[in-house]
Amino acid sequence: MSLGKSAVAEPPLSAPLNLKFDYTRSTGPTVGAFVTGLRDGRILGARGSDGRVLVPPPEFDAVTHEPLTEFVEVGQTGTVVSWTWNAEPLPGQPFDRPFAWALIRLDGADTTLLHAVDVASPDEIGTGLRVRVRWAAERTGGIHDIEAFEPGESTLTVEAADGEPVTMITTPIDLHYRHSASPEESWYLRGLKEGKIIGGRTGPGGKVYVPPRGASPTDGVPTKEPVEVPDKGIVTTFCIVNVPFMGQQIKPPYVAAYVLLDGADIPFLHLILECDASEVRMGMRVEAKWRPREEWDHTLRNIEYFRPTGEPDADYDTFKHHL
Amino acid sequence: MTDIAVVGFAHAPHVRETFGTTNGVEMLVPCFQELYDKLGITKSDIGFWCSGSSDYLAGRAFSFISAIDAIGAVPPINESHVEMDAAWALYEAWVKLITGEVDTALVYGFGKSSAGTLRRTLSLQLDPYLVAPLGVDSVSLAGLQARMGLDSGKWTDREMAEVAVRSRAAAKNNPKAQLSGDLDIEDLLSQPYIADPLRKHDCAPVTDGAAAIVLASGDRARELCENPAWITGIEHRTDSPNFGSLDLTVSASARAAAQAVTGGDTSFDVAELHAPFTHQELILREAIGLDDSTTINPSGGPLTGNPMFSGGLERIGYAAQAIMDGTAGRALAHATSGAVLQQNLVAVLEGRN
Repeated sequence: MSLGKSAVAEPPLSAPLNLKFDYTRSTGPTVGAFVTGLRDGRILGARGSDGRVLVPPPEFDAVTHEPLTEFVEVGQTGTVVSWTWNAEPLPGQPFDRPFAWALIRLDGADTTLLHAVDVASPDEIGTGLRVRVRWAAERTGGIHDIEAFEPGESTLTVEAADGEPVTMITTPIDLHYRHSASPEESWYLRGLKEGKIIGGRTGPGGKVYVPPRGASPTDGVPTKEPVEVPDKGIVTTFCIVNVPFMGQQIKPPYVAAYVLLDGADIPFLHLILECDASEVRMGMRVEAKWRPREEWDHTLRNIEYFRPTGEPDADYDTFKHHL
Repeated sequence: MTDIAVVGFAHAPHVRETFGTTNGVEMLVPCFQELYDKLGITKSDIGFWCSGSSDYLAGRAFSFISAIDAIGAVPPINESHVEMDAAWALYEAWVKLITGEVDTALVYGFGKSSAGTLRRTLSLQLDPYLVAPLGVDSVSLAGLQARMGLDSGKWTDREMAEVAVRSRAAAKNNPKAQLSGDLDIEDLLSQPYIADPLRKHDCAPVTDGAAAIVLASGDRARELCENPAWITGIEHRTDSPNFGSLDLTVSASARAAAQAVTGGDTSFDVAELHAPFTHQELILREAIGLDDSTTINPSGGPLTGNPMFSGGLERIGYAAQAIMDGTAGRALAHATSGAVLQQNLVAVLEGRN
C-alpha cells in the first residue's frame, strides 16, 4: 500500500526571497572609454571596420573581430528610431512613473543607443522625434550618467575634463521571488517548528534522508513516507574551524561536524559545542541543544548546536559506510 | 555520418503557476517516467544526460544539481548542463552521440518562471555593462522590435494578430496548452497595449514547465522507436548582442542556421517555431524561407505556453512527434535563446521508410 503524499493536507511552505548582490566589472579599454566619456558629459562612439560610428561602442568589430579603440565623439541630440511605452515600470528601471523606452540614433552615429525617454504619455513620442540627453546631477561613469532623454535639441557645450579613466562599474542586482519548499521539505520545516526532526523515505526499508528529498538520489523513486527521528546521534566526521571569516557567529576554534541522527541514513552538518574542540572525535554521541521554544520557527536554527551526551562512543564499524 | 534520431518526447502541462519548488524540478519526474514507460527503458539505459535551466529563474546557485536527484545519480551518470534553452543541451547531446561514446542521450529542460517576475529576470541576459543596468525588460525590447517592422511596413498589427488567432486555435487540440480557443481578430485589435505596439495576445504567456527528449543513434534508435525522427541537420548561430547595431526586422542568424540545414529545400510538412512574440514568427518564417504549404506550430506553439528553458526543446519534440506519429515526413524545428531572437537553432527532422 502506498502511503502517498496526499496524507499531508497542508500545502507546501513558501516565503518571499530577495536576492541582492553587486556585480563589479572591469570595463576594459572600449567600454571604459565610453563610460569615462559619460562621466565627463560627452558621448563617444567607435568607428567600425565598415566605417560606421557605433554608439555605444562594442568591444570588438563584428566583421574583423578586432578590438574597437578609434573613438569619435557624437552629438547629444538624436532621433528616435523605435520606441515602446512602459506603462507599468518595474523596480530598477529609470523611472517609477510611466515612460518610453527608445532606440536613439545620436547625431553623428550610425547605430542606436537604448535608453529611457522622459515623456508623460505615448502621445508625446513617435518615431523620428528629436530628443536630447538629460545628464544626471551626479555622474559616476556608467549608463545612469544619462538620466534620460527628453524632447528637444541639446544646447550644452562640453568642457574639457581631466579625471582618471573609469576602470570599474558596479551593478546592483535586486531580484524578488516567491520561494516554494517541496512537500518533503515542508514536512521537515514544519517538524522543526514543533521541535521534531522529520526525515523521509521511499517506503518501508528505504533509506531515511534528513532533510527528506523529493526522490531517492540513487534511483529517482519518489519519497513517500515521513519518518521522525530523535535529536540524538553520533559525529561521523568533523573539522575544527580555525579561520575567521565574514559573518562568523562563533569565536574560533570550534567544531563543524557531520551528525548522523539515530535512525537516519545520511548525516547533516551542525556545530558541536559545550566541549573543547580537541575532545570531539569520530563516533562521539551527541544531542541537540534547542533554543528556547518561543524562538522556534521553520528553520534548523531552532537547534543551536549539538553537545556530547557522555554515552559510550559508537563502534567504527557502525558508521564507516557513512564516511 | 552517424544517424541520430529523436525517439521519445514528453513534457509537463503548460501552467501559469505550479505549487512546486522554486526550481521546478518535480515537473521533470513524470516526464522521465513517461519516457521510460513508452520506450521500455530504465535510467541505466541512458548514456548521456544534458539539461538546460537557469539559476536566475530559480533564485539560487547550482539549481540544476537538484535535478540530478530526479534522475537518481547512483552509480554516477555522464551529465552536462547549459544555461540556455534545452534545445542547446540537445545540440550538445547530438555532438556526444556523434562521437560514438554513447548511443542514447536524455535531454531535459525545466523552469518555474512564476517564482519571480520573468520579464525582469530576463533583463539579466543583456549586455551587463550598458543595457542590463537600465533594467529594460524582455517585453519592452520586443516592443521596440515590433515597432521597427510596423514603421517600415514589413508587417501590420493585423498580421501579428493572425499569428495569435492561428496559434490559439491550433492549441484547442493540445490538452497540455496553457491558452487555447477561438479568438476574434477585430476584438484583439481593439485591446489595449501592454508595451505599445504589443498587445497581450502578441506575447507568450508566463509558463511553468519542463520537457524531456530521448535521442538514440543508428540501430539503437530503430530498436526503441518504430518511426524515429532522424535529425538530418542541426545548426545554431548567434547575432551580435549589440542590438542597436542590427536591423531587428530580420534575423541573420536564423537565416544562416536554416540555410546550413535545409540545403535550400524549405518544403516542410510541419514547422515548429519558437517565437515568443507574434511578430517574431513573421521574422522567422521569412528568415527560414517557409511558405504557406508548411503547417506552422500545429501544437499551438509558444504563444499558447512558453516554459522557459524547455520551450525551444519542445519545438524539437513536437516536430519529432509529428514524424514518429506519421503525420509528417519532413519537419523543421526552431529554438531561440536570448533577447529579440539573438540566438537561433534550426533542426531538420525526417522519417524514413
